[in-house]
Amino acid sequence: MYKILEKEVLAPKITKFKVLAPNVAAKAQPGHFLIVRVDEQAERIPLTIADYDRQEGSVTIIVQEVGYSSEEICKLEAGDSFLDLVGPLGEHIETENYKKVVCVAGGLGAAPLYPKAKSLSEEGTEVITILGARTKELIILEEDFAELSQQLYISTDDGSKGHQGFVTDVLKEVLEENDDIDLVITIGPMIMMKFVSELTKEYGVNTMVSLNSLMVDGTGMCGGCRVTVGGETKFACVDGPAFDGHLVDFDEQLRRQQFYSDHEKLAHGHEIGGEGCRVKAN
Amino acid sequence: MSKQTKKTKMPEQNPQQRVNNFGEVALGYSAEDAINEAKRCLQCKNPLCMQGCPVEVDIPDFIALVAEGKFEEAAKKIKEKNNLPAICGRVCPQEEQCERKCIVGIKNEPVAIGRLERFVADYARDKEEIEAVTKQDKGKVAIIGAGPAGLTGAADLAKMGYQVTIFEAFHEVGGVLTYGIPEFRLPKAIVKDEVEKIEKLGVEIKLNHVIGKIKGVDELFEEGYDAVFVGTGAGLPRFLGLEGENLNGVYSANEFLTRVNLMKAYRFPEYKTPVYVGKRVAVIGAGNVAMDAARTALRLGAEESIIVYRRAREQMPAREEEIHHAEEEGIQFKLLNNPTRILGNEEGFVTGMECIKMELGKPDDSGRRRPVPIEGSEWVMDVDTVIMAIGQSPNPILLKDSPEIETTKWGTIVADEDTGETSKAGVFAGGDTVTGAATVIEAMGAGKRAARAIDEYIKGSKK
Ligand SMILES: Cc1cc2nc3c(=O)[nH]c(=O)nc-3n(C[C@H](O)[C@H](O)[C@H](O)COP(=O)(O)OP(=O)(O)OC[C@H]3O[C@@H](n4cnc5c(N)ncnc54)[C@H](O)[C@@H]3O)c2cc1C
Ligand SMILES: Cc1cc2nc3c(=O)[nH]c(=O)nc-3n(C[C@H](O)[C@H](O)[C@H](O)COP(=O)(O)OP(=O)(O)OC[C@H]3O[C@@H](n4cnc5c(N)ncnc54)[C@H](O)[C@@H]3O)c2cc1C
Ligand code: SF4
Ligand code: SF4
Ligand code: FES
Repeated sequence: MYKILEKEVLAPKITKFKVLAPNVAAKAQPGHFLIVRVDEQAERIPLTIADYDRQEGSVTIIVQEVGYSSEEICKLEAGDSFLDLVGPLGEHIETENYKKVVCVAGGLGAAPLYPKAKSLSEEGTEVITILGARTKELIILEEDFAELSQQLYISTDDGSKGHQGFVTDVLKEVLEENDDIDLVITIGPMIMMKFVSELTKEYGVNTMVSLNSLMVDGTGMCGGCRVTVGGETKFACVDGPAFDGHLVDFDEQLRRQQFYSDHEKLAHGHEIGGEGCRVKAN
Repeated sequence: MSKQTKKTKMPEQNPQQRVNNFGEVALGYSAEDAINEAKRCLQCKNPLCMQGCPVEVDIPDFIALVAEGKFEEAAKKIKEKNNLPAICGRVCPQEEQCERKCIVGIKNEPVAIGRLERFVADYARDKEEIEAVTKQDKGKVAIIGAGPAGLTGAADLAKMGYQVTIFEAFHEVGGVLTYGIPEFRLPKAIVKDEVEKIEKLGVEIKLNHVIGKIKGVDELFEEGYDAVFVGTGAGLPRFLGLEGENLNGVYSANEFLTRVNLMKAYRFPEYKTPVYVGKRVAVIGAGNVAMDAARTALRLGAEESIIVYRRAREQMPAREEEIHHAEEEGIQFKLLNNPTRILGNEEGFVTGMECIKMELGKPDDSGRRRPVPIEGSEWVMDVDTVIMAIGQSPNPILLKDSPEIETTKWGTIVADEDTGETSKAGVFAGGDTVTGAATVIEAMGAGKRAARAIDEYIKGSKK
């Protein structure tokens, strides 16, 4: 059992947990994720390690409620435990040898982006951050990013804070003004990462994205997380989740994410059309 | 001696009924059946059957006890050599192992050794008392992977007096026994029970530990382990590299079976992991894995479940019994057909699969006649789910972290057949990770031999 040490609601439907897992914390690096299971009936849910404290032996995760399992996770309180927690998984990313990096986060993407930005800044990199969300309540980790960024921009779809529009508008300006950017890192909704990558391609700036493909085991065993990168099939859980944004087939990823959308409604207790399973619940 | 020429029949669920449930297909012998079958054994002085058993079960001795109705004693006899008898009795390819060598099998059907083993293990399940081995003073051994190879190695080492810890990547033990082989062939409660008995011997199991990530092999030595056994299996799924292979509705057999068995998707929505099964399912391949996937698809509501295989019936690698069960259940076989691409709609879901017809040409290196495509014979099969069951290779996570462990060009670990020794001192390996996808009993045999070698190695290094 993996005990929850702290819980904090960061924004509507976005919750931060600090979980005791000393062995995982000891090995965690930026780019790693873990997989949790709340109870015996639960799915295995992949979540990015948003921060870690080796001394305390804790890892931090930030969870957005998007469906059944993430809602179940967010019902947990400090003192409760996860039944299972496995990690660190995935390939970590190198943050050395960059001079100037733009971090572009969409919504919850700020959470997985944070450890990377933090590590870059610790390496002495100049960090420009663009945080985007639908509306101002959904902007998270603003202060944390402000602390490590030389410049911080906010962008909301409804204009309730910062620029009104998409993060790509702001990024375009930043790219116009700076011709010395080594790398853009972007994490957020698949569609946003697609447009960011298209934009940076025009400017010829290297771009790293982090994919949140559907996963089961997270160890390269099922192939459910397949993604086409530069024409080759890769497994997001072991070859990624970070990839070169200019090589990822985003349209395929967008379709693959819809695979189970009908089933998810059923897990929620909604009816779906079509035949169910031949085997009746026993 | 009995005059019966055939094996005593195994009671089974009838096919029409069993495709509607995940209950076991074979129901098991009654005490009467077992005694009757045991009497067919000739009690050979030089029992050839034992040569066919990789874990060296004392076959005539246990069968003699069954014939006398001493079932608990028979169970003890088996357990001296085999820690997972209820599992082996169900899934060992006995026709290739012990029963193939049985002398009765020359003229008649061999003695049903597997069925007897299963009966005895099931009979004794709640009656056995396991005593923990209290003296664990011979040294410390780390076992990576809780599949049949790792579990067998662990149990044997614990019995010898070692302090043993198993590190398992998943949240459940058993390896393929848990995530691969379906409930209707091997109930998970039985796997759990046999593993619990191994734990009672004093073996410690750490779940959710992906070695190579949470810690490396070298760290295990630093933590004081004297030797390490790698039993990580062959879990990396293969795909064919076809156009359309990443469409929604294309699974590896591993993903499909893991969702159903490990995550219990067949009890969705009580269990929260979904699995998508369409109306017409094609399974590529014809091994045990393919049969399991095809039969599982049928139980999940597919109207048609079709095995697509590029060779002919005689060359199908699955056990005869599994093919027979699949046929009884209405699985269709499209043999001498090879998929060439998978077709999909705009939303990215599978709508069909193009195949090319094959014919058998000259024998290849393996002696099997090689299938060759018949030019221009492409046709489209109307399917909405495609499951790839064309084999697996070892998972590279551990090896990436320990590149000094030598591997072959297929990614399997190079290990001595008799001892399991690898190129890294103190590291032994066995099971599918060495042989490539093979069988439960071979993995167990490798675990057993490695346990002996590890004992020698540690005794030697402590001198
Ligand atoms: C490597 C990795 C790291 C991740 N890190 C985080 C994180 O730090 N915080 C966090 O909140 N989430 C993260 N995710 C996504 C998270 O795993 C999913 O949100 C979660 O599995 C959804 O489960 P659910 O049952 O609540 O929603 P579901 O009911 O399964 O889905 C609700 C909706 O979300 C979509 N969806 C389902 N799974 C995903 C997914 N993996 N990515 C995007 N959309 C999905 C569905 O299509 C559906 O429309 C990560 C995913 C991966 C693979
Ligand atoms: C669907 C299916 C049906 C089969 N049917 C039969 C049958 O009827 N009869 C038969 O004899 N054989 C059958 N087999 C084959 C048989 O199951 C395997 O040969 C056998 O399980 C191999 O045992 P193993 O211990 O080597 O590996 P596995 O059973 O694969 O176990 C390996 C374990 O190691 C764990 N692991 C992997 N990497 C790591 C890591 N880095 N750190 C920690 N843990 C790790 C895995 O999670 C797994 O639990 C079948 C296989 C499949 C897939
Ligand atoms: S363990 Fe397998 S091979 Fe050995 S006797 Fe039993 S059924 Fe036969
Ligand atoms: S070879 Fe057959 S008959 Fe002889 S001891 Fe073994 S099981 Fe009995
Ligand atoms: S999640 Fe199964 S292979 Fe990546």
